[in-house]
Formats: sequence, C-alpha cells, structure tokens
Amino acid sequence: MIKVLFFAELEEIVGSRELTIEKEEMTVPKLKEFLKEQFPTLPVDRAMMAINEEYVEETDIVKANDIVAFIPPVSGG
Amino acid sequence: MTEKLFLITNEVISIQEVVDKVVHPNAGAINTFIGTVRELTKGKKTIYLKYDAYASMAEKKLAQIGDEIQERWPNTLVAITHRIGRLDITDIAVVIAVSTPHRADSYDASRYAIERIKEIVPIWKKEHWEDGEEWIGDQLEKTPYPTGKPEEEHL
Repeated sequence: MIKVLFFAELEEIVGSRELTIEKEEMTVPKLKEFLKEQFPTLPVDRAMMAINEEYVEETDIVKANDIVAFIPPVSGG
Repeated sequence: MTEKLFLITNEVISIQEVVDKVVHPNAGAINTFIGTVRELTKGKKTIYLKYDAYASMAEKKLAQIGDEIQERWPNTLVAITHRIGRLDITDIAVVIAVSTPHRADSYDASRYAIERIKEIVPIWKKEHWEDGEEWIGDQLEKTPYPTGKPEEEHL
C-alpha cells in the first residue's frame, strides 16, 4: 500500500488530499502514469515529488508504506 | 509559547516570540523579516489569501534552511514561523528572525532564508480576488521549471 498526497491545485483536481494505491512497489514514472490514467488533467509533471518528505528524482522507487507527495511550485513567504 | 524554531501554525504569529528564540549572548545583531499580505499585485486587488502547507515536511525544509544558514554563516541562530489558513490584507504570513555575531551577516542570512522558502518549502498561497481565485506557483518568477521541477542543485 502506497499513500499519495496532493496539494494546492492538484488536491482540487483529485478531489482529495490523500489517495491509497494497493501496490507493493512502483517506479516514479509508473506511478505518474497510473495517476494520469485516473486523472488525465493532473499536472504531475509540473510538480516536484517527495517520498517520505524528501524530494526525489525520476529514478527513485516507491515502496509499500511510503508516503509520496506531489508538490506543485511553492509560493510561501 | 512554543519552543520550535521552525514552525507552521494556524495561529496569529507573535513577532516577539519568534525573535526571542534567537536571542543569544554572542549575537550582535538580530534581523527580523516580516512577510505581510499585500492588497495589490500588478494592479489586481486581493481580497484575502489562503495558505496551505504540507506542514510536517515544511517544518523539515525550514529546518534544512536553518542548517544551510549555519553552514554559510557560522554561529547564526534562525527561527522561522509561517502561518497558514485564511489571511487578510496586512496580516503577517511569515516571520524570520536571524541572530548573528555581526550585523552584515544577519541581513544576508535573512534574505537567504526567504528566498529559499520560495524555492523548497511546501507552502502554497491561493489568491482570492473580487472576480476569482487561483493557486499561485513559482513566486520567484525567475524559474519557470522547464523540467517540471527545480533543478537538483536547488533542492
């Protein structure tokens, strides 16, 4: 089980902040593909990705019990 | 009063509380940056803002900024509090307090902190205007993320 978090406009598109995917392991591109199938307008490629609260690269693997977050361009301050 | 140096909160920020966290006998300067909600942006009138955050990660990233500042400007203390939720015009969104042995570094480190917040800290602002609303991204406006995200050296 992989937990995925969405924020800002991504959260509004998904309609929820949190989503659970019943998989044991996924590469980052696979996960993005999976999400784009469910939410075709979701701008996952414009967002940064974090696994367990650390930014990651395309080559990373998402594993069961990881918390993945899609982080659109930030605007704090 | 909370002792957390790096904090995301729903409450009104007490400037004094943030400043108090960096008071130190070896400090010769404390620089305080206060980020407030502006009414006009490029001629467009904001009614109010909503800030949201990935709070646990945001606090970690604020702490990372504190570490980066420690490395660049040794013997510096940093405290940052960012408010989320609904903020009205003139409300305080963020307070950064930096104490350093000498004054020049306090300005530089404070500037560094706010610029880094706009790069790596997962906090988002939604503008509410008279005629609509929109999540604001890439506030620096100097880095359209051509690859869809900041380059690795920015993280």
